[in-house]
Amino acid sequence: MVAQGGPSTLFLAGLRGWIRAFGPYRWASDRMKDWGIGGRTLVIGIPYLWLLLFFLVPFIIVFKISLSDVRLGMPPYEPVIQWVDSQVIGIRMNLANYAFLFEDPLYRNAYLNSIKVAAISTLLCLLIGYPLAYGIARTGASWRNLLLLLVMLPFWTSFLLRVYAWIGLLGRNSPFNQLLLSLGIIDQPISLLQTDIAVYIGIVYSYLPFMVLPLYANLEKMDITLLEAAADLGCRPTKAFLTITLPLSMPGIIAGSLLVFIPAVGEFVIPALLGGPDSLMIGRVLWEEFFNNRDWPVASAVAIAMLLLLVVPIMWFQYAQARQVGVHR
Amino acid sequence: MIGRRSFFVTTAMAFGFAFLYVPILSMIIYSFNESRLVTVWAGFSTKWYVELFQNPQVLNAAKLSFKIAAINATGAVILGTLAGLALARFRRFKGRTLLTGMTTAPLVMPEVITGLSLLLLFVAMEQWFGWPAGRGVTTITIAHMTFSMAYVTVVIQSRLSTVDESLEEAAMDLGARPAKVFFLITLPIIFPAILAGWLLAFTLSWDDLVIASFVSGPGSSTLPLVIFSKVRLGVSPDINALATIMVTVVAIGIVVAGLYMQRQERQRERDVQAALAGNSP
Repeated sequence: MVAQGGPSTLFLAGLRGWIRAFGPYRWASDRMKDWGIGGRTLVIGIPYLWLLLFFLVPFIIVFKISLSDVRLGMPPYEPVIQWVDSQVIGIRMNLANYAFLFEDPLYRNAYLNSIKVAAISTLLCLLIGYPLAYGIARTGASWRNLLLLLVMLPFWTSFLLRVYAWIGLLGRNSPFNQLLLSLGIIDQPISLLQTDIAVYIGIVYSYLPFMVLPLYANLEKMDITLLEAAADLGCRPTKAFLTITLPLSMPGIIAGSLLVFIPAVGEFVIPALLGGPDSLMIGRVLWEEFFNNRDWPVASAVAIAMLLLLVVPIMWFQYAQARQVGVHR
Repeated sequence: MIGRRSFFVTTAMAFGFAFLYVPILSMIIYSFNESRLVTVWAGFSTKWYVELFQNPQVLNAAKLSFKIAAINATGAVILGTLAGLALARFRRFKGRTLLTGMTTAPLVMPEVITGLSLLLLFVAMEQWFGWPAGRGVTTITIAHMTFSMAYVTVVIQSRLSTVDESLEEAAMDLGARPAKVFFLITLPIIFPAILAGWLLAFTLSWDDLVIASFVSGPGSSTLPLVIFSKVRLGVSPDINALATIMVTVVAIGIVVAGLYMQRQERQRERDVQAALAGNSP
């Protein structure tokens, strides 16, 4: 016997009996049988409807509002679809918001700068994360779990507080500065706050676990005998790494890089807290357009343009993810 | 090969872990600092903790965040388990590709886009049906459930793909109905994954600033919203104290969860071995 009924099994069996005896449950299950809705339909249907309503439909609304004009009042945009004389439907499409995005150098620079910052941060994450993941995967089993836990711990603690920690460390009065001053290396305290370097540090720090975990999952599964065979045949470790380990870990590199790159493009908190007023990133522009200027149509157009920019990486991520789950089968 | 690391890898690992932990340790150390100037050490003191616990704004926000996170986690686990089950066990159904897309896209979607789109949906819904009236706890919970269920789905789906389906098939062959198979066989096996998914969903909600900023209303300031408004004005020592408490709780939680899961795994292995031993003559 496999499931010799632990306490949880007994509890669930009891719970189930209780639910069955419950009047409304019987009524509902009878009605469902009448309509021909089976358990399978419910299992697929409930999450499906939820995601359609709260994930897909919102994008259609954002698209619709990106075509409308700003106005005073609540909600602060003109309706796109109007009943004219209660018979004809008038559709007022307005591409001015998009034209505005293309013409204004502010938005163009913000997009380009976001891509640049996200790409450099992803590369830095890979450079720090790869040896970390590699080292953990090659550690003995007893220490491995502890090291993994140490990588996960910051991921479970507040993102906001971890970004905040760098405000103290990068500012004028930071311990680093005091150390450098007392050693005589510098004679003026330097503040890295409100610079692009601070934004890079913040992003790399916050997203590092997202890079390490997929890489670790990939490197841990790797067949060690391949490397042993290469060594036996006289291959040097560096060459073995470049020709065997690196190509085999490509799926992990891709998954980790996309997990860092895509959210980093739209990052708001890190540039807002660590970056300077001139370090424009698109997430911050959207935020300011929405909260400070209260221009919902332009904010929507910014969101749609960002989405178009990220469609290819997002599809790529979905493909990689589907393959990852498929591998277990 | 295992266990032998080059000098380079060991150094890089040490650097990586130092990078991860120096900021957290500095927050912990300075939370016990007497001085208001965050980086000047003026002696040991716990006064920032006292100040933190006397701040009603922070305490109320923490209570509200806890409530939203707990409701969100429970809802996200139910939705995510259903979605994970659908994707892992029903190979072919209409719109499977779309469901896969809708459960993986939220994992990487920039938060500003999710937040903006949900707010615009809530405003439109209020115009059409009058629900949800205004923004507040309800809208934050719905928004959090939508993105955290995607994480739960991944956890459940990958767990289900490693579970031996023959157990479920055997029960089905013996005449158990699908619902019975799920509650008596599948659910106990994936229970650790469900627990992990619940904790993950709770943490995601507890931490979220950007989406909550869009969909919150007056009087529904969650803890990250309060922290953000304080932090924007600069470093304040009671936030260090708050961070220390949160890190401690998370560390204890992770250790307990790790031990629990290790025990579960061992128990399962023993069960399997006992089953194998019992069947062989």
